[in-house]
Order: sequence, then structure tokens, then C-alpha cells
Amino acid sequence: MTDGATGPVGLKVSTPDEPAADVSATVAENVLGRSPGQLAWLRLKRDRTAWASGFALLFFAVVAMAAPLIERLYGKGPLDRFSDKLDGNGNPLGYLGGVSAEHWLGVQPRLGRDILIQIVYGMRTSLLVALTAALLTIVLGVVVGIVAGYLGGKVDAVLSWLTDLTLAFPFYIFCFAFVPIAVAQRYGPTDQEASWFRPVLLIIVFVLFNWTYSARLVRGQVLTLREREFVEAARASGAGLGHVLFRQLLPNLWAPILVTFSLNVPALITAEAALSFLGIGILEPTPDLGRLIADSVNYVRDDPAFTLTGGITLFVLVLAFNLFGDSLRDALDPKSDR
Amino acid sequence: MLRFFIKKLLLAATTLITVSVITFGLFFAAPNNPAELMCGNRKTCTPAQEESIARRMGLDKPVVQQYADFMAGIVKGRTFGEGDAVRECPAPCLGYSFRNDEPVTDIIGRTLPVTLSIVFGAAVVWLLIGVSVGMVSALRKGTIFDRGAVGFSLTGASMPILLFGPLLLIIFVYETGLLAYPSYVPLTENPVKWAAAMLLPWLALGFINSASYARLSRAQMLETLSEDFVRTARAKGMTKFRVYGKHALRAAITPIVTIAGLDLGTYLGGTVVTETIFGFTGLGKASLNAAINLDMPLVMATVLLAALFIVAANVIVDVLYSFIDPRVRLA
Repeated sequence: MTDGATGPVGLKVSTPDEPAADVSATVAENVLGRSPGQLAWLRLKRDRTAWASGFALLFFAVVAMAAPLIERLYGKGPLDRFSDKLDGNGNPLGYLGGVSAEHWLGVQPRLGRDILIQIVYGMRTSLLVALTAALLTIVLGVVVGIVAGYLGGKVDAVLSWLTDLTLAFPFYIFCFAFVPIAVAQRYGPTDQEASWFRPVLLIIVFVLFNWTYSARLVRGQVLTLREREFVEAARASGAGLGHVLFRQLLPNLWAPILVTFSLNVPALITAEAALSFLGIGILEPTPDLGRLIADSVNYVRDDPAFTLTGGITLFVLVLAFNLFGDSLRDALDPKSDR
Repeated sequence: MLRFFIKKLLLAATTLITVSVITFGLFFAAPNNPAELMCGNRKTCTPAQEESIARRMGLDKPVVQQYADFMAGIVKGRTFGEGDAVRECPAPCLGYSFRNDEPVTDIIGRTLPVTLSIVFGAAVVWLLIGVSVGMVSALRKGTIFDRGAVGFSLTGASMPILLFGPLLLIIFVYETGLLAYPSYVPLTENPVKWAAAMLLPWLALGFINSASYARLSRAQMLETLSEDFVRTARAKGMTKFRVYGKHALRAAITPIVTIAGLDLGTYLGGTVVTETIFGFTGLGKASLNAAINLDMPLVMATVLLAALFIVAANVIVDVLYSFIDPRVRLA
């Protein structure tokens, strides 16, 4: 934006007395050479939404990472029960689901667990699953897209068919079929599942079904990039396939990759919460936002504050990621329209 | 045109067959013995009983044979059992539930209308809200309305149905009592009660989706408004209303039709979260229960049906595209 605009604007204000050559000279002096990355960073720094959402994300990341520390300071673990805070029916005593100086967001009905520490740990689970899955997704998608786009021909045809096939799978419904069977394969009906098993399973499912978007995007970009001179030059000087793909082409793709990644994370947070809400994802006793909401929906009549607490946390988390991703896209690609 | 269509259909058919093969493969990855499941009480079930059930269901045959029988059953129906225990399963036969022996087609026939009702009603809501908000904010670019609409589409797109659904329940059912907790009534039985029960899911699913439609239609409309033909039409003296309402709208709506078609295809396979929150037993909820119970014939049927909706939506959108947008050439 800045570079391109200075030229014509500078010419417009020049008076007829001034020689044109001088104008272009002064313009050239004032213009500072900036890389696309620097320009994007400058744009991002000027964007107030980016600042706000960036800080929110930083806050969530710190809270999630420091969960054990928060547990010590706050003095309550995610599985501790505070039955004395419940009435005879298992409903929390006091207003707004038992909000007090001791339990900042109240206590869970029936179980009597502290809600705040559950949310802190739940965010940890959500972020861990979503970030890992988004990272692996983008790696897989980029590799498939770059290979399909550059090699073309039969390889492209097969990979594109695979993409179409994956898109035809009904994601949620296939997850329902896949997850319980994978669990039943590994564990008998009465066995206790290891706590890492479900998160890993979810990550696998997310990666298997989510790589298609980034693969298509990268493939499209590579289709135009591969005809460019620098690729031809690299090939002419005897560069191998790996060098052309990952040293020549990949650096030209980081902008769309970054944007896709940052917008994929909130989608995966939502999907993880939905699956756990439905009882297919994370299980007791691992704290999780989706599971917390699933439990809270049972008490929505008597304790609506509990239901809203979990839901609002999820909303704010997803919103922060989406806003930041949008700002990032605007910064990297100023032509894109909101 | 015809060649394009046939090519699309063939591709769709191969995709569906591949989906069915992979899902059928899951059958055999499942470690449970379906005959044992069907037999009911484990203690009273003798091996001989199990064996006879397996034979009746055709579960004693090799995998490939079973798959062929299953697919043939969809096309021309099949017969289960032998001797006096013969059971005719007319086409399209999807087998019997392992849990309660009910024909899978009956379960689908019971749950599909619920999902259809939710999805089509919600689609009306999200198209009405989304497209009109987007169009108006494009025509009034830079005004307060526009800024509000952009804010709405940004926050609305992040709104999880896990928050919005319960929020609607709290507001309309538990706090004010304006509506009763929804309970499904078939459209054919009582249209008024049907609509009353569907109101909350329509609002929930419709609102969640309208945000992205508002954003998309605003961007499309802005792009169209900057095109030469719009300026020409205005310069000729055509009224604003005609130019925007007829010419610009038609050009801007093509991508919206595409996205709406694909979204419909995806949602028809099941809107599990919405169904769960509002207590409906639609296709999504049925498939979830089937999966948790490892009721494989029902799982197979729901996955296939959902995939069919997605693939069909793709084909329909492709064909529709060429009707709406004459620039698209089918070759």
C-alpha cells in the first residue's frame, strides 16, 4: 500500500515549474526499501483489533501453560470436590451458581467441583489439541499441495481425487463411527483408558479430515509459481526436487499458510468442544470445555450461570483467534476484502 | 452439458462407493461380535444361538461377500435367514439394527424428517438475515449500520452453538416461559405445533450461520457494485432499485448459492449438536447413538446417507451454477 501509493500521489502534487525528473528523485530518496514481511508487520502493528486479540491470546496461552501454578495459588484442583457448598439437591448454595470469594465462578452442581479451575485446565486441553492438530494439518496440507501442484500429471490427479474423497466424508458422523471403534480396538469394555489416548485420537481424526483446505490453497498457488523464472533457474542449475519444493517454492507461500493456520485453530477448538460435548471426545477425568458445557446443559434450568460460563469462555477463545486471524490476513494481503 | 453431467455423476458414484468400502471396513475393525450383541443377555445366550443369529444375518460369510450382499440389498432388497425364519427386507435394504432388530430404513424414516425440518428452516433464517444484512451494509458502506453489520458478522461467526443454543433455552424457555421446551411434532400432523417446536433450533442454527453469509454477501455485493456494468446501468438512467435489486444482486448471488448448497448438504447429514441441545432425535442423534452402541448397520447407513447428501449437493451446485451464471461454460 505505502510503496505503490507514493508514486502517483507525489506526481499529482508537483507543480508544472518543477522538472519531473527531480520529483522522482526526491520520491526515491524518501522511499525506504521494506520487505513484504516488514510491511505486513507494520500494518499489523497499526491494527487495534490485532492488538486486542493478540493480548487476549497471549493471556489465554499464559493461563493454559501456568495451569498448575494457578492451581497452587488458587488452592483448588480440578477434581477437588466441595460438597459443603451444595444444598440437599446437589445445587450450589448462593447466587449465580455459588459465586463467592472462594469460588470465583461458582461450583459445579452435584459434583461440587470448582468451575474456574476446571475452565483453566479445560482451556489447556482445548488449546493443546487444537494447536497440535492445526500444526500437523498444515504440514500435511502443504506437503500434499506443493507436491500435487508442482509435479502435476498423474500425481496431481491422484492427490486431487484424494482431496475430493476426503471432502465427501461427513466429518462428524464419521468421527462418531471411527472414535468408538478405535477405542474398542485398544481397550476392552471394562478397561480404564489412558488419559492421553482420546486427545491423540482426536488429533489424528482432525488431521485426517482437515488437510484438504490448505492442500487446495497451496496447490493453486504452486500452479502459478512453478511457471516463474526463479523456479526454472533453480531447475536449470541442477537443483533437486526437494530443493525446488521446499527451498524455492515454500518461502513464497508462507503468507497464506500462516493465515490458514491461524484461522484453522479456532475451527478446531470448536470441533473439539463439540465432540467432547457429545461424549465422543475427551472423557472424565480430563478437564475439558466441551465436557464441562455438556454437564452444565443438564442443569440449565436450575443453574444457568454455569451453562453460560463455559459457553462464554469458549466463545471468547474462538473470537480472539478469529479476530487475530482476520487481522493477520488483512496485514499480509491488504487487497482481501472483509 | 450432458457429458459434463455424466462425468460429474460418475465421479460422485466412485466417491460414494469408496466411502462405503472404508466404512464397511470399520465393521470388521470393530472387535465386538455383532451376533453376541443381538443375542441380548450374555449369560443366557448359548453359542448355538449366537451361531444361528450370525447365519441369519449373513455374518458367517467372508467380508467381500458380505459387502457385495449389503450393496446388492440397497439396490434390489435381500432376504435374511433360511427355513421358516425367512425375513424379506425390500429395497432399499440397509439391514437390521444390532440393538433392537428394527429395520434400519425405519429408523432413518423416523429421524430424517426431524433433521430435514431443522435444516431447511434454519437455512431460510440464515439466508434471509445473512444476505439482507450483507446487501444493505454493502449499499450503505461506511455508515453506522455497515459497521454494526461487520461487527455482527465477526462476532457471530465465532459464536459457538454450545453457547447460543443453551442461551436461547435460558431466555425463551426457562426465564420468560415464552416457549415450551421443544418436542418434535411431524409437519403432516400439526403444522403449527411443528413450527412452534422448530422455532428455537431454527433461530440457533440460522443465526450462527447468518454471520458468515452476511460477510460473504457484503464482500460480493461490494465487488459487483464496482463493476462497469453497474455504472453503465446507472448512467443510462436506470433506477437504483432496478440496478441493485436485479442486475447487481444476480451477479453477487452466485457464490452465495454455492456455499448455501454445500452447507445444506453437510447439515442434512445430521445437525447433532443442535439436535442434542434441543432434545430432538434426528439423523445426527441417531448416528451418534448408533456409534456409541457400535450398532454397525445403522452407522453404515448414516455415514452413507450423509456422504450422499454432500456429494449430491456438490453435483447440484455445479449444475445450478451454469444456470445462474451464463459465463460458466460446461465442457
